[in-house]
Amino acid sequence: MDLPSFPRGLLAMVLAGGLSLSGLAGAAETIKIGVAGPMTGGNAAFGEQFWNGATQAAEAINAAGGINGKQIELVKGDDACEPKQAVAVANRLLDQDKATAVIGHFCSSSTIPASEVYADASVLVITPGSTNPKVTERDLPTVFRMCGRDDQQGPMAADFIVNKLKAKKIAVVHDKDTYGQGIADAMRARLKELKADKKEVLYEGLTRGEKDFNPLVTKIKGSGADVVYFGGLYNEAGPLLRQLRDQGVKATFVSGDGSLDPAIVAAAGGPKFIEGSYMTSVREARNIPAAQKVVAKFKAAGIDPAGYTLYSYASLQSIAEAMKATKSTDGKKLADWLKSHTVTTVLGPKKWDAKGDLKESGFSIYVWGADGNYKEMAQK
Amino acid sequence: MDWHILAQQLVNGLTLGSIYGLIAIGYTMVYGIIGMINFAHGDVYMLSAYVTAISLATLFSFGLDSLPFALLVTLVMTMVITAAYGWTIERIAYRPLRGSTRLAPLISAIGVSLVLQNGVQLSQGARTQGVPSLIPTTLRFGEGDDFVQITLVQLMIIVISLSSMAALTWLIQRTSLGRQCRATQQDRRMAAILGINTDRIISSVFIIGAAMAAIAGVLVTLNYGSFDFNIGFVTGIKAFTAAVLGGIGSLPGAMLGGLILGLAEALFSGMVNTDYKDVFAFSLLVLVLIFRPTGLLGKPEVEKV
Repeated sequence: MDLPSFPRGLLAMVLAGGLSLSGLAGAAETIKIGVAGPMTGGNAAFGEQFWNGATQAAEAINAAGGINGKQIELVKGDDACEPKQAVAVANRLLDQDKATAVIGHFCSSSTIPASEVYADASVLVITPGSTNPKVTERDLPTVFRMCGRDDQQGPMAADFIVNKLKAKKIAVVHDKDTYGQGIADAMRARLKELKADKKEVLYEGLTRGEKDFNPLVTKIKGSGADVVYFGGLYNEAGPLLRQLRDQGVKATFVSGDGSLDPAIVAAAGGPKFIEGSYMTSVREARNIPAAQKVVAKFKAAGIDPAGYTLYSYASLQSIAEAMKATKSTDGKKLADWLKSHTVTTVLGPKKWDAKGDLKESGFSIYVWGADGNYKEMAQK
Repeated sequence: MDWHILAQQLVNGLTLGSIYGLIAIGYTMVYGIIGMINFAHGDVYMLSAYVTAISLATLFSFGLDSLPFALLVTLVMTMVITAAYGWTIERIAYRPLRGSTRLAPLISAIGVSLVLQNGVQLSQGARTQGVPSLIPTTLRFGEGDDFVQITLVQLMIIVISLSSMAALTWLIQRTSLGRQCRATQQDRRMAAILGINTDRIISSVFIIGAAMAAIAGVLVTLNYGSFDFNIGFVTGIKAFTAAVLGGIGSLPGAMLGGLILGLAEALFSGMVNTDYKDVFAFSLLVLVLIFRPTGLLGKPEVEKV
């Protein structure tokens, strides 16, 4: 079927033409770059990290002369982690705001449909935080990520559960979303490789947005699990943990990067419910030696560069480097350049493979303390 | 399955069902009296969770250390403030549309729901908020790890829900206000001709419904300890389902529907699968409506000649 792709190609051409025209005629010589993520809604904390990282990076790059003499102008896009809204935001960023590259989105379920829009228009997009494997598995040449994949993160949790925690019975819970179920399944796949899949006593999905998980908790209790693995976000992880402890379940709680947010303390109703839980996430960027100068700048600006902040910073650095080297904003050229060069970012040197995944990326395991703070265990 | 697991699931289901029932009362009363589904009711409940947390925080910051007193004050404050919201919503969004097409107040209700959600999100932030567990008392039956437990808060939820329902039934059946409500429900124009201020009656129905949602909000906040601007949506839909299941317009029906829905969810996710508990709950609704189109306790509408 060639017919449907023809108007799309045409649209991309018109769009690209429009962009270059406005570039020629533009009195204010700026390069517009979109920052898309959940700026409102239950996951707004992550969107804020994206925005903070990008604004600080833009300030630094602009102060050093911008990209080929042009200043960077950031445009905010709010998808609220809703796939439908993500597509609308993607279209708005391209058609209305004339963004030439995009940093985003956060929830994998938003990044996947939105990246189709960017790819159709041949616009470069780098996600600082979407870890679902599908994001880069769809032959979209202009889609990149600045983080690892859940098929690395999930197995890491499985290794930890089997080798360190020496679990005898494992209960697996997920939130039926692309990210949550994806990471839980990746964890289970590794359990199978470790010949520990017989230890799984429960595999069920809860509903996002609910607060009462007591029936599920009673079931977990009845299963006698000594480790509970949860694939999902902190909004559900908090109440789930509290209800587990309320019903006297002492099982160790293990989860992924979606749950590793200081807001989980409030969601659970106190640090005592979370103490001793383990969560995997991208490496703590604040501890990377190369990043210390930038971290100090963030602190001077009154921002704690937590979570994905520095990943967003590094994404903009990579976009800027590619634009400088190719003297172009064409997604295809930028993508080819990124796939064949090493970029020095705040997180250290970064290289990408043909799919747009990082050649080297790592995850760490974090443990929650009694004071409601988490700390990184040794980086692998 | 062990008996204590089954018993625990019954406790879980009864608690959840009582909350559904309390919120369902608001839907059923409004529908009963003006034949309109108040889609903003779930968000009124959400609002009450915020009022509860703010009130508790304020009382404790003033150095109040008597927990029962703080809870009582919070309950009353939350009921009053939430009822004021209920009254205002009716005045602003529904009364001006009375007498227009049936769809107009429905759209208006959805609008109110959006306004409340976004208003709370903007003023209170999008993050999940939490309240520490205040009443850790738990009754446990059984030995070792094989026990059935009911927390004091869960017990409160069940008892307060049932007694609120009983009090409301008494109010509707025995008092002058209740008689006026029933008259307005049967024939609004005739009731007005006989000297009943029907606008005032409709207002009071909204106030009662909101106060019931406020009780649910306080209890839920104490029980789960966490809430956000979005909790009204899922819970509202479930409570509405409970009202339809029990027969919309019927007070005992709302409670019965809530309990059945809560127990169905708990037992299904406990014995079969959590993934499909909502599928099961809604299939149950479809089945009941096929055989009893007016719900379990609903009265069939008689065509007036």
